[in-house]
Amino acid sequence: MDPRIRVLVAKPGLDGHDRGAKVIARALRDAGMEVIYTGLRQTPEMIVNAALQEDVQVIGLSILSGAHNAIVPRMMDLLREKGMDDVLVLVGGIIPDEDAAELKKLGVAAVFQPGASLEAIVDFIRCSVKQTA
Amino acid sequence: MAKPIGIATEPAHKTLSGIPIEPVYTPADVAGLEIPPPGEFPYTRGIHESMYQGKLWTMRQFSGFATPEETNRRYLYLLSQGQTGLSVAFDLPTLMGYDADHATSQGEVGKCGVSISSLEDMEILFRGIPLGDVTVSMTINSPAPVIWAMYLAVAEKQGVDWSRLSGTLQNDILKEYIAQKEYIYPPRPSMRLVTDVIEYSTQHVPRFNPISISGYHIREAGSTAVQELAFTLRDGMEYVEWGVARGLPVDSFAPRLSFFLNSHNDFFEEIAKFRAARKIWAEVMRDRYGAKDERSWKLRTHAQTAGCSLTWQQPYNNIVRTAVQALAAVLGGTQSLHTNSLDEAYALPSEHAVTIALRTQQVIAYESGVPDVPDPLGGSYFVERLTAEMEKRALEYVRRIDAMGGMIPAIERGFPQTEIANASYEYQHSIETGEQKIVGVNAFVEHSEDPIEVLEIDASAQAHQLEKLARLKSRRDNAKVQKCLDALRDAARGSENTMPFILDAVRAYATVGEICDAFREVFGVYTETSVL
Repeated sequence: MDPRIRVLVAKPGLDGHDRGAKVIARALRDAGMEVIYTGLRQTPEMIVNAALQEDVQVIGLSILSGAHNAIVPRMMDLLREKGMDDVLVLVGGIIPDEDAAELKKLGVAAVFQPGASLEAIVDFIRCSVKQTA
Repeated sequence: MAKPIGIATEPAHKTLSGIPIEPVYTPADVAGLEIPPPGEFPYTRGIHESMYQGKLWTMRQFSGFATPEETNRRYLYLLSQGQTGLSVAFDLPTLMGYDADHATSQGEVGKCGVSISSLEDMEILFRGIPLGDVTVSMTINSPAPVIWAMYLAVAEKQGVDWSRLSGTLQNDILKEYIAQKEYIYPPRPSMRLVTDVIEYSTQHVPRFNPISISGYHIREAGSTAVQELAFTLRDGMEYVEWGVARGLPVDSFAPRLSFFLNSHNDFFEEIAKFRAARKIWAEVMRDRYGAKDERSWKLRTHAQTAGCSLTWQQPYNNIVRTAVQALAAVLGGTQSLHTNSLDEAYALPSEHAVTIALRTQQVIAYESGVPDVPDPLGGSYFVERLTAEMEKRALEYVRRIDAMGGMIPAIERGFPQTEIANASYEYQHSIETGEQKIVGVNAFVEHSEDPIEVLEIDASAQAHQLEKLARLKSRRDNAKVQKCLDALRDAARGSENTMPFILDAVRAYATVGEICDAFREVFGVYTETSVL
C-alpha cells in the first residue's frame, strides 16, 4: 500500500481566488503527500463525495469569502453522516478568531489564517495523521 | 522586543520579477534609449504634457458591502470626505450572476461586496448621488452587460442623459479565465458580450469606459510584474481584435479602452511597469492596429495597491506598505488610484481604516510635492533601463501568445495560468526560505499583538435582500419579464447586439440571475481544467 498521506484540497463556495489552494496543494505534494485538488466551486456534498471516493485522510478547505460559517458546518454534518469522522479537516483562509474557535468546536482540527507558513501546515498534517494512524 | 532573525546583510540582486540588478547604473545604461517628453508618443513618461500639474489623479476607493442601503450610506460618506469618484464592489453571487435567493448564494450575500439582484437594488445604491456629476467604476465581469444596463436605467430614472455619464465598467473577461475565475460562459460567447458592450457604448454612452483591462487580478493571483504587464496588454490586443472583427473602426472605440494595474512592493520595478505599459500600448496601437487617433495610442490606467501584499501580522505596517505602493503608482503616472486599508487581510475595511487609506493619497497629493513635476524619474539611469527591460520581457511573452494563436487558445491550453501558478509558488517559497523578507511575517516578528477593530457584515443583510427580492417578484409584471427574457434568448442565439434586449429586461425588473440564466441556456457554462 502507498504509504503517502492522501489529501483532498478543496475550494468550496463561489469564490474563485485559488492562489492559496494551489500553493498549498503544491507544497503538500512537494512534501511527499498525494494531493487531489477539486477545482473551483465545490458544494459540501461534492467535497465529501470526492473525499470518500479518493479515500483521503485529510481534507483542506480554502475559503476567503467569509462563507465559512455556511459551508463548514454542513460539510462536517455530512462527514458524520457518512461515518467519516476520522478524516482530518483543515480550514485555511480569512477566518476571524471567533469563527476559528467555533469551527474547531465542530470538529475542524486546525484553522490556518493568513500568514501561516507552509511548513507549519505540512508539519501539522504529518503529526496529526501519524497520531490517528 | 523580538530579536531580528536571519536578516540578510547583502542587497537583493534582482527585482521581484527576477530581473538582475547591477550594483550601479550609469549613462551607459541609457545610451541609445529615446526618451521623448511627457505627452509625446510613445508616452513612456506619461500621457499628458503637464501630468498632475493640471489635474491630480482621481482618488477612487473601491467599496461595497452588505445591502445597497448600507453601501449607499458609505458612498455618501466617502464623497463627503473628499473622495472624487465611486467604485462599486459587488458580492460573489452578483459577480457570478446569481440572485440573492439562489441556493448557492446562501452565506455569501453581501459578504465581499454589495448584493445587487435587480434594478431596484441599483436605484437604492445610487440614491442621492447624481450620476451626471460623479464618475462611477463598477467591478463586474461576466454579468457586466446586465449591471451596466441597470446603471443606464438608473440614469434614465434620474433624468440624466447618457451622453453625460462617465465612469468605467470592468467587463474584462479574459483575466477571469486567467486569474480571478469569476466566469460564467465559455470564452467565445463571453467575448461577444464584451464586444456588445464596447460597441453599444461607442454608439450611445460615448464618455463611458466600456472595459478596464486588468492586470490587477493577474498580479494578485501571483504573477510577476512582467507577467502582469504582458498578459494584460495581450488581453487588450485581443479586445481590439474582436472590436475590429465586429466591424468597428479601431479609432472609434480604442480611445475608451482603459486599464487597471497593480502597484506592488518593488518600488522601481512598479514604476517601470507603468512606463513600459504605456510605451508598448502606444506602439502596438499605432503599428499593429493602424490607429491614427492619438487618443487610441494613450494607455489610461487606474491603479490599486497590492492587496496580496497586506499582512495579517502587525497590520499597522500595511499603512506604510500601501503608502510606498501608492507613491510608485503616482510616480508611474496613474490616472486614478485606490489605496488598500490596513485591515484588509482580516475583512472588508472599517470606515476608520478606509479613511486612513484615503488620507494616504491626500498626503502624497497635497504635502509631498511629488505631483509638481511630470515624471520626475524620467531620465533616471536605473528607471529607464528597467523600463526597457520590462518592455523586452513582456514583448517576449506577447510573441509566445501570438504564436499560440492569441489569448483564447493560450488560456485554453492553460499557458498564462501555469506561468502564474509557477511564479506564485516560487514567491511563496522565497518567503518560506527567508530569501524574500516580509516585515512582521518572516522578519522582525512579534509574538503577541493587540487585536484590531474589524468590520463585521450584519447577518441580517441576506434576509433583507431576500425579502426585498420576493416583494419585487410579486409586484412586477411577470408576463412582461418573461417576454423580455424570451426576446433576449433569441438575440443571444443570433448575432445582433444584446444590449438593447438586456436594457428592456432590466427596465422590466428582470433580475441579474434571470438574465444570466437566459444566457446560460444559450451559451452554456464554462468549467476550467485546473492547473496546479
